[in-house]
Order: sequence, then C-alpha cells, then structure tokens
Amino acid sequence: MTGRPPTIIACPNGPLLVRGDAALETPDGEPIDRHGRNTVALCRCGASAIKPFCDGTHKMTGFRSDD
Amino acid sequence: MSGVATGPSMGRVNSPAASTAVPATPSQARYEPPRFSARGPISSALLEALGRGIREAGESLGGLEHSTREAIAASPDVIRDDDLQLSLLILHGLHYGGVVDSDDDWEWHPALVAARVAIERAFEAELRRQVPVPELPNPSSEDVAAALFELTKPTPGPSLSRYVARKASEEQLREYLVLRSIYTLKEADAQTWAVPRLQGRAKAALMEIQTDEYGAGDPERMHSAIFARAMRGLGLDDRYGTYIDCVPAVTIASFTMMTMFGFNRSLRGATAGHFSAYEMTSSIPNRYLAQGVRRLGFGDDIAWYFDEHVEADSVHEQIAGRDLSGGLAEAEPSLLADIMWGANCSLIVDGWGSAEALACWEAGRSALRMPLPSGAER
Repeated sequence: MTGRPPTIIACPNGPLLVRGDAALETPDGEPIDRHGRNTVALCRCGASAIKPFCDGTHKMTGFRSDD
Repeated sequence: MSGVATGPSMGRVNSPAASTAVPATPSQARYEPPRFSARGPISSALLEALGRGIREAGESLGGLEHSTREAIAASPDVIRDDDLQLSLLILHGLHYGGVVDSDDDWEWHPALVAARVAIERAFEAELRRQVPVPELPNPSSEDVAAALFELTKPTPGPSLSRYVARKASEEQLREYLVLRSIYTLKEADAQTWAVPRLQGRAKAALMEIQTDEYGAGDPERMHSAIFARAMRGLGLDDRYGTYIDCVPAVTIASFTMMTMFGFNRSLRGATAGHFSAYEMTSSIPNRYLAQGVRRLGFGDDIAWYFDEHVEADSVHEQIAGRDLSGGLAEAEPSLLADIMWGANCSLIVDGWGSAEALACWEAGRSALRMPLPSGAER
C-alpha cells in the first residue's frame, strides 16, 4: 500500500491508468495480483490478451476513446 | 547512518581530524583483462592505459584528446565507427562499472573525460545531421503524448520481433539476446543519470517508471536481472562484456546514445523523448518475442523478461508520454524540439540495428560481427 488515495487517469485512446491504493479484485472478491506494480494500466479497448491489464493492443486496433 | 565508524574500526567516533590523519591507502591497480578486443587506435590506447593502472599510465595519455579529435575528423560516420563507439562504451563504462574492470580512480581522469566529451559532441552532431526533428506539437502534455504515440505507432510488415515470433532458430534467439545485452544488462541505468537533471513532474514520472524497472524493492524482479536470467537460461554468459566483440558498432551506438542523453544536462529533452519512444515501441514487440521463446520450447522462466515488458511498458508508455515528456514540455517549452528529436533518435538508430540484423537472418547469415566466443556458452 502506498498511503496515497487512488486516482484513475483515462488516457486518450488508451487504458485507465490507476495510481495509489486501489484494491483490484475479481468478482468473487479475490485480489488480482498487481505483480508488484504501484501503478497499473487497465484495458478499456477490450482487446488485451492479459486483461484486466493493458498490453498495448489498442494501438493496433485503432481504438478511439472519443474524449 | 550515524557518524560512528562501524567497520573494522577502533570503536570510536571517526572525526574528520582522525580521518585526514590516516595515510591514504596506496592505490592498488585493479585490472582484469577485458573480455573483448580493441577496434582501432583509440580503443586500443584506452585498453592499454586501463591495463597499466592510473599512476603509470596517467601521464602517457596526454595525447589522447588530440588523437581522439583526429580519429573523429577522419571518421566518415561516428554513429557506425567501430573504434569510436567502442571507445565511448569503454569511457561510459568507467561510470557504470563492469565494462573494463580497472582502477576506480580512472572515472574522472581529465584525459579520459576530455576524450569522452570530444566523442560525445561529435556523436551528437552526427545524430543531428542524420536524424530529423519531427513536426512539433503544442507544448502541452496531451498534445506531446499524442504526437509521440503517433510517431511511434505500430507499423505492419517485417520486423525483428515478428521474425523471432515465427521463424527464428534457437541460435538466432541467442543472437538476439546477445545484441540486446549491450543495453539490457544495464537496463534503466542509462535513464537514471537524468533523474537529478530533471525537476518536478518529469522527475517524478521518471522515478515512477524506474521504481518498476528496478523491481520495486525486489532485486530478483529488476529488469536487468530478469534479462540476465533469460541469458543464462539460453546457455549464455550474463557477465557484461563477454559478447562486445560480437556486436556491431550501430548496436553499441544505441546504448552510448542513451547514456549520452542521460549523462548530459543539455540533452535532458532528448532523454525524455528517447525513453518515451523506447517504452512506446516495447509492449507489442515483446509479445512477439515471448511467442518466439515459447515456440522454441522454452518455458515461463525464459519468457518472463518479455512477458513482464508487455505489461510493464503498457504502463510506462503512458507515464512517459504524458508526464515525463509532456510534463517536461509544459515546464520547459524550449525543450520541445529535443523531446521530439530524441524520440526519433530512438526509432531511427535502434531501427538501423534491427534492420541490419533482420537482413542478415533473411540472407541466412549470422547477425553478429563475429561468432560467439567458444566457451562463453555455459
């Protein structure tokens, strides 16, 4: 835990960048392993092969967040 | 840390007066023959001097700056000059450690600093001649990030990582790791030089990325350590320098370029842009590389390095684009051109190395300058 309130940046045409103490859980309440990372990027294009994390595939599919 | 001496001490406060009274330990000339050879007069003079220890060789280096300037003047292209690029790698190695195991006091020897600066100035000038500045966005974080993502967007068609995914032999995978090892055994260190040279949002962004690069407190997760583990898993020697002879000048230049960018405050814009482009062109190629590793029958322990970068660099590229480069452009708009130029340097110079390796493989040749040393494989 970082002691920092969570913030989520909606990156244009890209993932949700999550910083701070956000608990990532499965629908069953099991913790999702952040692999030691303080800041994580969550997929929002739906095409990642490592969901819930981003793997950069949005750049190949031309995903637009229209924001 | 307290001020009390805790080593093999007398158990008393080590006051400044006491420490100045202690005679200096005679400098022991530490030296181990390098695991690579010189490529011309400058690297030859450097290796010869480092082998003799600073007291004996220091004075004989009076002519080094002059001969370095002559070699620069005679070189048709400093970026691809074997002797000058190896010399710069040796000189940067005095700061990193682990390139030539020599007396630590060489690090700030004036003749070597002068030679380094001379090569760096010529190298930067050649890069400015060969790498254009891309079209400049507005100096806002959003616009800079968008321009960098546009500049680095994935391109279809042949690439080294796609070749590894589909066709590379085990021997070619080994060659790939050898080429990568020049930088990756020191991964992230080249950018860490820039930390005190940046301020505010850009500094915080760089540290946010570097914390992850260095394993967030776990030395086993350090990216350079995960890479060394992949090398060992493929039967390669993970000591820095074992394969320098095998690597062409342009691959050395990819690493000396990023060290130079990180090491010179005047190039802090270039280091931010370079690192951003590096991160933005990492996650998708690393997915292909992991595919190649598994296609060849290797397991998660070898693929870990590449898997890690798929996930990590999808985070880093956002931080690098928005906060490192974008934050720096907002704080210092005069650096905007260097930010974009540094990004292009990463794409173009690293692209030359990759294109040459791919051309070799497609022609059925080794991508290495010479075969792997016998006995270097474990």
